[in-house]
Amino acid sequence: MKKIPLTELCRVIRSKNAGPFELTLDLIFKDQKTYEQVKKMKAIEASLIARLYHVPEEEVLSLVYFDPALAVKATIKRPAGAGSLGETDVYGAQQHAPLLGVQIEMPPDFDRTGDLV
Amino acid sequence: MDKELKILAPTAILGYGFPEASWEQGLAAEPDLIAVDAGSVDPGPFYLGAGKSFTDRSGVKRDLRYLLQAAVEKKIPLMIGSAGGAGGSSHLKWCQEIVAEITREEGLQFDLALIEAEINRKQVLNWYHQGKFLSNDDLPLNEEEINKASSIVAQMGSEPFIEALEKGAGVILAGRAYDPSVFAAYPLWKGYDPALALHLGKILECAAIASEPGSGRDAMLGFLGPDYFQVEPLSPRRRCTPASVAAHTLYEKKDPLHLPGPGGELDLEKTTFMAVNERRVEVRGTRFKPTPHYYLKLEGAKKAGYRTISVAGIRDPIMIREMENIIREVREEVHDNFRGTIDPADFHILFRLYGQDGVMGDLESVPFQGHELGLIIEAVAPSQAWADTLCSFARSTMLHFGYEGRISTAGNLAFPYSPSDFSGGAVYEFNIHHLVAVDNPREYFPVEIIRGFKGGAL
Repeated sequence: MKKIPLTELCRVIRSKNAGPFELTLDLIFKDQKTYEQVKKMKAIEASLIARLYHVPEEEVLSLVYFDPALAVKATIKRPAGAGSLGETDVYGAQQHAPLLGVQIEMPPDFDRTGDLV
Repeated sequence: MDKELKILAPTAILGYGFPEASWEQGLAAEPDLIAVDAGSVDPGPFYLGAGKSFTDRSGVKRDLRYLLQAAVEKKIPLMIGSAGGAGGSSHLKWCQEIVAEITREEGLQFDLALIEAEINRKQVLNWYHQGKFLSNDDLPLNEEEINKASSIVAQMGSEPFIEALEKGAGVILAGRAYDPSVFAAYPLWKGYDPALALHLGKILECAAIASEPGSGRDAMLGFLGPDYFQVEPLSPRRRCTPASVAAHTLYEKKDPLHLPGPGGELDLEKTTFMAVNERRVEVRGTRFKPTPHYYLKLEGAKKAGYRTISVAGIRDPIMIREMENIIREVREEVHDNFRGTIDPADFHILFRLYGQDGVMGDLESVPFQGHELGLIIEAVAPSQAWADTLCSFARSTMLHFGYEGRISTAGNLAFPYSPSDFSGGAVYEFNIHHLVAVDNPREYFPVEIIRGFKGGAL
């Protein structure tokens, strides 16, 4: 296995409010092959999101693989409602950074070059 | 219903603008409907609570002038939802005044519909006592909270817009609305498939955001047939791809396959996205599943006090090392100094440390490393005067605080500004974000028709 950073596998990594009380995280992969491989290995799971954001796993409200967009989406409870006292990010748009440091164990023969769909 | 409907979405939010070339291109396609979503809950609770728009008046007026002129001259129905941003009564009135101004300036005349979305407190209390609300664990609802809310709106579905169309309105200006409603109502009225109409509305409400490169300040054209819809951006430098359109369904939603809204949810489990050509995408297979009850989403905000902030930087490594203790002790001194004059339960003192965990707060996992910190001292209190006083006291106390190991004794904070403190005005918090079951989705959104509106006194 070789470790490849999510930043090399994805073309979009972002966070945003899904309403004022939930924070949603999107990973959109660069191509079909990468997405299928990550999905097959279940490399992105609720436990990973829970660990990255150190929240209990039950606060990861959903984790969905969405084939048409080559995307994985996870939604967590916001620590505080958007714009409430002491809250830090009204739009929730800068909460994605922990995902940028994630490395995924890909099979040794995985090669992203020349794998266009 | 045999014909393909064309829907023009000029901009993601009224006031965000659009290039004139895209607009002209859109009109040249002879659209059956022009629609725009004018609001969002994203900018936070202040705008709903205070009755202010988060969009700029000049920007909104600039966009509206194009929309109104074309709608009236070419007799194209125009729908505007979530007027004034938050869609309360004062927001609707704000937008209505801009519409009136343009109407007078341009000498226009049309049948205008106004649809209110502010729900009166008595109604909300009735629903509460009748047990019509679904509970929300994040936000307990009770009589006290309902009474504290300074403004309560409900997101209307397509039904009130359809009522306005039935009554012959040419321009429909509505308060808070479920974003896709402004796009879906006209096709629904004409008998098109609700699932496709709503899904198309979901994409068009963000205009060209679903294209590549995405933009909230550019137009998109939608085509709706009996069993498909298509989308194409109007600027030649953008294109829609199956991936860009599919990915848009992720945006600001919890689950891309199931999108709840008034009356039911869109089910995308069987949806297909196919390229028609280089720039246009066709979507099929989306289904609509009605819920057993028709639920409206209510949004409310209450005043939480008044805010004052002070901004400073810290460069001394010993001070940075001691920050946790310093903050604790300054906080204690604030409480000690005003003991007996203000109840500690009535105010909040916050210290935000940028460079450490200012952005992520409790979610931050990276240990602090750095040579300087950005500090915001924040006081929220029952009056502006108290917020000013508490912030000022916390700031002066921290400036001269004698912390453990201090070597620099002239002052602890680098202020970029004089004055160092900023009075921020009223602070609001969301205190209602709940679903309520209703029997008639039209009942709570009164439609007022003004025939032959020429921009006169409203």
